[in-house]
Amino acid sequence: MRPAHSQPAERVDRGRRRFLVGGLTATGGFLLGVPLAHLNAAAATDATGGKIGFFIEIKPDNHVVIGVAQPEIGQGVRTSMPMLVAEELDVEWSKVSISQMPLGIVKTADGFTWKYGGQGAGGSTSVSDNWEFLRGVGATARHMLKDAAARRWGVPIQSCRTEPGVVICDALNERLGYAELALDAAALPIPDEPPALKDPSEFRIIGQATRVVDARDIVTGKARYGIDAELPGMRYAVIRRCPYLDGDVESLDDSAARKVPGVLDVFRIEGPKPGEPYLILATGVAVVATSTWAALEGRKALKVTWTRGPHAQESTDAFWNQAGELLSGEGQVVRNDGDFGQALGSAKQVVSARYQVPFVNHAPMEPQNCCADIREASAHIIAPTQMPSGASRAVAAVTGLPRENIHVEMTRVGGGFGRRLTNDYVAEAAMISKKIGAPVKLQWSREDDVRHDFYRPSGLHELRAGLDGEGHITAWTHRLASAGKYYRRADVKPEEQYAAELYVDDFPANIIQNLRVEWFEVPSGVPRGSWRAPAHTANAFAVQSFVDEVAHAAGLDPLQLRLSLYGESRELPYEQHGGPTYNPFRLSRLLSHVAERIDYARPRPPGRAVGIASHFTFGGYGAHAVEVVVGGNGELSIERIVAAVDCGLVVNPLGVTAQLEGGTIDGLSTALNLEITVEKGQIQQSNFHNYRLLGLKDVPVDFETHILPWGDTPTGMGEMGLPSLAPALTNAIFNASGVRIRKLPIKDQLRKALA
Amino acid sequence: MIEFTVNNQAVSFDGEGNTPLLWVLRDHFRLTGTKFGCGIGRCGACTVHIDGKAEKACTTEVSSLAGRRVTTIEGLAPSDDRLHPVQIAWIEEDVPQCGYCQAGMIMQAAELLQVNPNPSDDDIAGHMSNLCRCGTYVRIRKAIHRASGLLQEVV
Repeated sequence: MRPAHSQPAERVDRGRRRFLVGGLTATGGFLLGVPLAHLNAAAATDATGGKIGFFIEIKPDNHVVIGVAQPEIGQGVRTSMPMLVAEELDVEWSKVSISQMPLGIVKTADGFTWKYGGQGAGGSTSVSDNWEFLRGVGATARHMLKDAAARRWGVPIQSCRTEPGVVICDALNERLGYAELALDAAALPIPDEPPALKDPSEFRIIGQATRVVDARDIVTGKARYGIDAELPGMRYAVIRRCPYLDGDVESLDDSAARKVPGVLDVFRIEGPKPGEPYLILATGVAVVATSTWAALEGRKALKVTWTRGPHAQESTDAFWNQAGELLSGEGQVVRNDGDFGQALGSAKQVVSARYQVPFVNHAPMEPQNCCADIREASAHIIAPTQMPSGASRAVAAVTGLPRENIHVEMTRVGGGFGRRLTNDYVAEAAMISKKIGAPVKLQWSREDDVRHDFYRPSGLHELRAGLDGEGHITAWTHRLASAGKYYRRADVKPEEQYAAELYVDDFPANIIQNLRVEWFEVPSGVPRGSWRAPAHTANAFAVQSFVDEVAHAAGLDPLQLRLSLYGESRELPYEQHGGPTYNPFRLSRLLSHVAERIDYARPRPPGRAVGIASHFTFGGYGAHAVEVVVGGNGELSIERIVAAVDCGLVVNPLGVTAQLEGGTIDGLSTALNLEITVEKGQIQQSNFHNYRLLGLKDVPVDFETHILPWGDTPTGMGEMGLPSLAPALTNAIFNASGVRIRKLPIKDQLRKALA
Repeated sequence: MIEFTVNNQAVSFDGEGNTPLLWVLRDHFRLTGTKFGCGIGRCGACTVHIDGKAEKACTTEVSSLAGRRVTTIEGLAPSDDRLHPVQIAWIEEDVPQCGYCQAGMIMQAAELLQVNPNPSDDDIAGHMSNLCRCGTYVRIRKAIHRASGLLQEVV
């Protein structure tokens, strides 16, 4: 889910701090940020009065406003990013408020570069990528305030120090509040050398349990999401999209729709041709009206027939058959260590299993929407997006406008999970606004969102291991037949498609010496994309289930087998996202912790058991222990969940806990019930009655989370809490019932198996 | 013309009577705290109080509201500087992640505490049918218990 893979990246300007300037606000405050000269025309004339682009504003009353460049999708960046700045600026957290920055890109000779550093929520990178940079911003401002005080007092800057909000000179017994220094600091140059950053032992804000900064706005209904945005004079639009994958409009009768009160216009929206890259997902018919409800009623009154497209015969059953057939042949070998064939041939025992992972829908609670105002020479977009630069590109593709004239504002986002890395709904809104020559708010219904998505890829995994008779695994292969997420990406070569499906340095690479990894592409017309922790969700399920299967087959304990495979603390190479190395011992540490907490070794009565699993995801480490009871008729009760994460240095313990709880529940929800199926080229699910997200009643009360910090730099946290839940659960189910779940979602498989 | 009250203010609506309250609140009254999630009354993001009872605004036709009393998330707090105990508990337990479902959750929880000031975990599980995609349920449960405690302090 790393932005650089999911979209052609903006070129990140590593010297981005050189853009920083100090300046004065209209009210006499101190501003540290990006000069207006670097702002595009649309932004500079924005109603926010030239405040755009700042990272730090110190107000005359000593309040501090910190700008957040990253999109907030519920991962907590509007809290954690400013904590990094405030720490080095040295201010009281209670004096800090937050302002969302818009997309910042700057035209260069050969394209565009970032103005505020990379902006995007993907791959759990906000905290880790901005760890040095945002602390540097805070430290720069603090240096300038100290410099201002030193000049006023006529002392060297080295004799000045800060306490929250004040500069102090002990020798003179003088102190000045930041606000009193703002005028002077604003006139000073930015230091040539970035000031030294604090040692972690000096942190006052980083590491403190810090609540969501927007909590009060959220609980009072004031927080603004994309769906709450307005543009003056805007119309409301919905689209009836073709229900057949890559189908088209065959006939359209809009006479009844046009008679619906409030309906203003009806017209076709052209989708991509089969096989072409997706600018939008589907061909459809747009209905524009004076309100959302009028547009929905107009859409209901449309009479459309559709051509069934090239995938009219596609079905989920056919998909699995095809995947199974592919696995009987030879695929693309993407890793081949040692001599797998020889090692397997000489093994005393061979264990083999296949695991099935379905397509799933992102289902963020806020359905897709976008406000767009396309003018002749400029565009204004307000969108809930994870990738604002992608929104800018989408609008440029639709309108032909130069990107520097496309102003993209970000709102809070009602859930991302990877869905809003793709800006198809922004492109649709731009198409409609351009066509009607007026601002528009495009609204998707829940049915639109479930039926039209870039679904998490579906795949059939085959694992096989050879053992030497003394409990050592000597050969290992992972063969995956899947519908890859790089489908229809213009920028990915066929031979590189596998890289989004199998991360070849994942465990047990570099641990089991004879190891072979193979990929097979299963053709499918289902659109695919990044879904929280992308391939890690599928691969952790397959690999961590299989480790248990190997352990049971060889008479080994699953925990002990993992601990011996992970081994001593050491860095192993990891070239995929989250590298360049990882330390499998950190997984051992987590596993030992959750095993102890759940009392792993305690004998339990028949029908009750625990299961464990662990996984390294994009730089962070996660582990789960789950205790279940399986009744005689296959009734499953999840009695207890213990989750643990190691995300390096912890910036905000409350944020980490929220992500770990939420990731675990996401894992549970998905493992238990969620799948998207296809019949006759149509997605079968449509809303929450047949795509059943987990409710509160299904989350065990006995649920604990543990954070095990490591080292002095943070990793991300958005995705690490999810992948190991499903295999821990199915391992527990096996231990309790003898039923091995090899197919997700679990649904009623236990009842069927034990009936 | 349908006349009713929203957050103790008299309002009227003269559009189509089958318009769901959700869209009347959002598009016409610009009260956007009530959220659209599913449109079929399954997720609870649009939960409001009608005559004190939690209802789904997405499946409530505005024509059914004549003379009735609607309270939205914007009107739950007794005043601007005094929040409802459920709102306070939500902040103190740091419940929200993306926050989109939370207005509906809070309205649903406020109703629960009105009829059952000291709910058990089972009572909470039975009443809180709203969906949260971020998975904030663990903290929602804690916040309802905390709000229950706050309510008893007030009494």
